[in-house]
Amino acid sequence: MDIFLQLIASGLLVGGIYALIALGFVLIYKATNIINFATGEFMMIGAYIFYSLTVYLKLSPYAGFPLVIVCAALLGTLVERLILRHMLGQPNISIIMVTIGLSSILLGIAEIIWGSDFRSLPPLFPRKPIIIGEVVLRSNLFYGFLMAIAVVVIFMLLFKYAKIGVAMRATANDQMAAFSMGINVKTMFTISWAFGTIAASLGGIIIGNIGGVQPTLGHIGLKIFPIVILGGLDSVGGAVLGGFIVGIVENLAGGYLDPYFHGGVKDLAPFVVLILILLIKPYGLFGTKEIERL
Amino acid sequence: MPKILSIDGVSLAFGGLEVLSDISFDVNEGEIFAIIGPNGAGKTSTLNIINGFYRPKKGKVFFQGTDITHLQADKRAALGLGRTFQNIALYHGMSVLDNIKLGAHSHLKTGLISGLWYWGAAHKEEMALRKEIEKDIIDFLEIESIRNQSVSTLAYGLQKRVELARALAMRPKVLLMDEPVAGMNAEETEDMARFILDIKEERNITIVLIEHDMKMIMDISDRVLVLNFGYKLTQGSPREVQKHPDVIKAYLGQKKG
Amino acid sequence: MRIGHFKETYVSDQAVFATATSRFWLGILFALLLLFPFVAGDYLLFMANLAGITIIGAVGLNILTGFAGQISLGHAAFIGVGGYTAAILATRFNLPFLICLPLSGLMAAFFGIIVGGPSLRLKGLYLCIATLAAQLILEFVFVHWESVTGGIRGINLSPPEICGYVLDNDFKYYFLTLAMVILCVTAARNLFRTRVGRAFIAIRDRDISAELMGINLLRYKLYAFAVSSFMAGLSGCLWVNFLKTVTPEHFPLMESVRYLAMIIVGGMGSILGSIFGAIFMTIVPEAISTVLGLLVNTFPTAMSFLFPLQQVIFGLLIVIFLVFEPHGLAEIWRRIKNYFHLWPFEH
Repeated sequence: MDIFLQLIASGLLVGGIYALIALGFVLIYKATNIINFATGEFMMIGAYIFYSLTVYLKLSPYAGFPLVIVCAALLGTLVERLILRHMLGQPNISIIMVTIGLSSILLGIAEIIWGSDFRSLPPLFPRKPIIIGEVVLRSNLFYGFLMAIAVVVIFMLLFKYAKIGVAMRATANDQMAAFSMGINVKTMFTISWAFGTIAASLGGIIIGNIGGVQPTLGHIGLKIFPIVILGGLDSVGGAVLGGFIVGIVENLAGGYLDPYFHGGVKDLAPFVVLILILLIKPYGLFGTKEIERL
Repeated sequence: MPKILSIDGVSLAFGGLEVLSDISFDVNEGEIFAIIGPNGAGKTSTLNIINGFYRPKKGKVFFQGTDITHLQADKRAALGLGRTFQNIALYHGMSVLDNIKLGAHSHLKTGLISGLWYWGAAHKEEMALRKEIEKDIIDFLEIESIRNQSVSTLAYGLQKRVELARALAMRPKVLLMDEPVAGMNAEETEDMARFILDIKEERNITIVLIEHDMKMIMDISDRVLVLNFGYKLTQGSPREVQKHPDVIKAYLGQKKG
Repeated sequence: MRIGHFKETYVSDQAVFATATSRFWLGILFALLLLFPFVAGDYLLFMANLAGITIIGAVGLNILTGFAGQISLGHAAFIGVGGYTAAILATRFNLPFLICLPLSGLMAAFFGIIVGGPSLRLKGLYLCIATLAAQLILEFVFVHWESVTGGIRGINLSPPEICGYVLDNDFKYYFLTLAMVILCVTAARNLFRTRVGRAFIAIRDRDISAELMGINLLRYKLYAFAVSSFMAGLSGCLWVNFLKTVTPEHFPLMESVRYLAMIIVGGMGSILGSIFGAIFMTIVPEAISTVLGLLVNTFPTAMSFLFPLQQVIFGLLIVIFLVFEPHGLAEIWRRIKNYFHLWPFEH
């Protein structure tokens, strides 16, 4: 029983961090309808930039975070301006593949610059594990979770109350209407790419702080798909819920099944669940079926 | 005249929005049956119900006396329901000729294996199809000069004509046409009206037509159905319909005083 | 100079190589392909085999993604299914190569149909993610079902034998590869002269109206998955028999992306494009490693950049072609041909 509780608890914590990464995907998808396959690579780049700033340049983490945010915003803006802007009006399949190409580029660049060895980020949080009852939580995971949830909440508040957030929501709802209300839709696209990249980078730092940084860190980004399909593609709340589900599912699968398969089940489980759900509900748990017209 | 198509008490809703309410009408064999009404009256939805693209919430659709309400759209096409679209739905990745050939899909037999092999049965079938299309459709619609062009390079009026060609290749018994002359100039409209009449008279194909061009409707159609906000307003000969007070009201709005 | 040509019958108008000129050039190409192994060295023969096997896989993916519009991130896994089937049938059941070959295709087609099954209800993103899941699940099976697949060590095979004739070097294998490439390319080309191919394109361009034109969407989507993965399976079988070994690391997600890159660079919805793309994407990594090899004297660590540099260049090619030349090398080739067609009166 305590193993079960233990697995659920750490699953929840991981799930909260996944929610932040999924947010990086959803922010872009909501405003631009673009499926960004490079979200995981944005994470990985964010973690490496943080690593370079704090280890090579020996800056304190307090200076590192804002600088990573600036760099991520810049990266997102560049990607949108240089690549995605040219793809407006192209078929969906082409746009998906452009982002796949982009992820391949970022992965290669990271390996050229930082190599393929594991790098450890400087310690960000107190090392003492958190003990609640019989459940022991790793401190990196626990504080990472708190930080991820804080960032998600800040983003949600931003959308609800700040002018720019309202404009982004309007764009997401109806581009033509937003345009006629004087919102610069193209600027909104750029801003959502910047925000999406920021969310992903912060997620990358948190993940990197738990398990080290490597070019393949971005593979965690693939988990975004089970998360968003479970939670609904275009809602922030759904991303959080999906994050928790995936976190718990993979932890339980890893804890109970991995010993029988010599590992690997943990990462696979969300995809098996995903397939099962798609077979029963083709538009995900909370997705809406669109009315098609002729 | 025998009925070829019957719509019986059909209702359709998207979510809470009622698009069609208890619509009934019959189409006789060999006639041109027009459906008119203001925008949002449910005209295209009616065609989509007949085609099987939408399923009605209530009511039934009969084709040649058989209930086809639950038949899949592709099976209905094979039975003989041809269709042209309001917003041209040609396949831009194919030539004019291939677009037309696509219409004949249900009447061909080539399967996956014989298609990969091609020589023999598939080749014979393709040649026969080509001959038929050249003789019965391309000559008839006067599109010889564009047959090998890509459809995306064609002018709007010609695209509409290619769409008609594709619908004819379906060898329809009933041809459903959604605004065949919308956006056309006077000359193109006249050509299209001539084609529609020829299709009816020479090939004995029944035509169900949606159109906003009142002059054309009055000129070529045998009977007219008027829809308004999903309800059947009236039905009759063009002349009767034109004089009907409800129709005038629906089109021109309520007269004051 | 050829200003144009006139066709007298519908048969000649429908022919693939309609004019005497194009038949002439095709004949020359065929003769050159037959002569090639007699003059080429070991390295070129190795590369030619590799390119040929890749062409078969790329034609398969282009049928599914380029022609029928169903994106797949699982193509490498289907190639893997073919490869493992071939290896298991040959080593466990001692079946002859000529029986393993079609069975590998059929097994891959079977998996393709299972993955394609939900494609009627899943569109765009959802299908893309379902194929991604299939890729990851199959990869997992390759690695973890050790009793059958040999785990990460894989399975070793002896060289294939056709009617008592052992294909034990690249020279002999070349003729098998060439025959299979010609067979698959011709079959694919044939398919698009019939209603099946037209239905694929119709589904890609407008799937809704295609149904009203009488096309059974589910059946034709499954056909597309079946043909595509059948060819993937053939390609996989040829690949493991060529390398005489199969291991899971040959079929990662990255390989699926490489196949997508091939059809994008070559030209989506073009058989010729699949050939160009496959050859191009086989040469590029070699070219990169050659260039890095030249740099080794100056930068001793140059070779360690091989893999990441390949990834950057694959990615760049995908992005650049999609942004600037979405119809790929096939379109560039068409423009060059048209230029010479009317030369010297091109204006």
